Amino acid sequence: MTNGAEGSGRPTSAYLDSASSEPLHPAARETFQAALAQGYADPRRLHGAARSARLLLDNARAVVAECLDVRADEVTFTSSGTDAVHRGLLGVAKARSRHGSAIVHGAVEHSAVLHAAAWGGEPRPVGVSREGRIRHDEFVEACNQREVAVAALQSANHEVGTVQPVGEAAAHLGDVPLFMDACASMGRLPLPEGWSAAAGSAHKWGGPAGVGVLLVRKGVRWANPFPGDDRIDERSTGFENVPAALAAAAALQAVVAERDEVNARQFALVDRIRAAAAEIPDVEVVGDPVNRLPHLVTFSCLYVDGEALVTELDRRGFGVASGSACTASTLEPSHVLAAMGVLTHGNVRVSLTRDTTQDQVAAFLAVLPGIVAGLRAEVGQ
Amino acid sequence: MNADVELDCRGMTCPKPVIELNKHLTDVEPGAVIAVVSTDAAARVDIPAWCRMRDQEYVGEDQATDGTPRYLVRRLS
Repeated sequence: MTNGAEGSGRPTSAYLDSASSEPLHPAARETFQAALAQGYADPRRLHGAARSARLLLDNARAVVAECLDVRADEVTFTSSGTDAVHRGLLGVAKARSRHGSAIVHGAVEHSAVLHAAAWGGEPRPVGVSREGRIRHDEFVEACNQREVAVAALQSANHEVGTVQPVGEAAAHLGDVPLFMDACASMGRLPLPEGWSAAAGSAHKWGGPAGVGVLLVRKGVRWANPFPGDDRIDERSTGFENVPAALAAAAALQAVVAERDEVNARQFALVDRIRAAAAEIPDVEVVGDPVNRLPHLVTFSCLYVDGEALVTELDRRGFGVASGSACTASTLEPSHVLAAMGVLTHGNVRVSLTRDTTQDQVAAFLAVLPGIVAGLRAEVGQ
Repeated sequence: MNADVELDCRGMTCPKPVIELNKHLTDVEPGAVIAVVSTDAAARVDIPAWCRMRDQEYVGEDQATDGTPRYLVRRLS
């Protein structure tokens, strides 16, 4: 894959799946290498090497806190974004168990939220609009029913990009705490107001995989839903990956510093993809066209097999994701697309990296209509 | 509900049931109902979505005699 290929001729390929995992940010790479040499020891111990590791971990926490405009003691590093979601959602629910076990959540939440809600409570899903936005009144009403432990609402949808009205919803929830899965937007967009706990995932913003961020606001009650441990941070478990946490913090710092410029560029490129895809007959571009994440777009092509479309694009050098049933291990279509009531087959999600170029987008758009037409011709459409 | 034509799409995976629906829509007259019997989980979402995109009427879901989901579409044009 050749991202950022200006000056070396026209690009013919691109990795367009940053919403699954953003390539490591250069700032993270340098920090990671330096921290590997410094941050190997157990930060709980009392010797010099341990103090170095502890210093790096505290530094990582301080940087993340500053980038996200929260307090350092509200930041916990976890082993993944999924782990942060589980700990955040279930930890807030457990602390509220005397109120009940119901977990109200949007129907288009990430599967990490859905699995956690089913495992640790009584899930009460709330539907979304055709664009994937939570039905605000229904969400508020569901949260004001009896026995609600916690409400879950993502900051933005990971498949279609639609930004959720978190601050607006949180203002109407009374005593019910709001857990926000911010994995899709953390670093790219400022966090909204009103949440009690939140989760992020470093490899979605250009940090290394294996680092999640759990945020629990000061004063919010949280009880460990899993076996405890004896680490520095009561909300974490297992030996901290200090070098990766520091690299994640460095990447976050760089992403926040660059985001005005990067977001504007990505937003315009996604607009271009949305317009071009919509020009192809019987293609439905989904998600909110304006109030959305800057870097991703999803569309579905009638009569096209999603797996064949992904495979054909890969053959031309373009890596994209798909929410079609045939591309999932479960053979179930994307629950996000299903909840929105939009076409699930022939689906691709295109998500740009920080250095995706205009030429790469143009190259992608140059091959797309022909591939769609070719796959339709194979099935007589 | 009675369907004027019933398409047996059991065992077909997406997007084949929708392709069959599109191929056979003109087997019924405008105003008549065509049914798609499908074991594919995506059909429940994709057939209503197809109706919306192609300006046909999605009537609803019932079951074939063996209990397989059946999706009913009224041809409008």
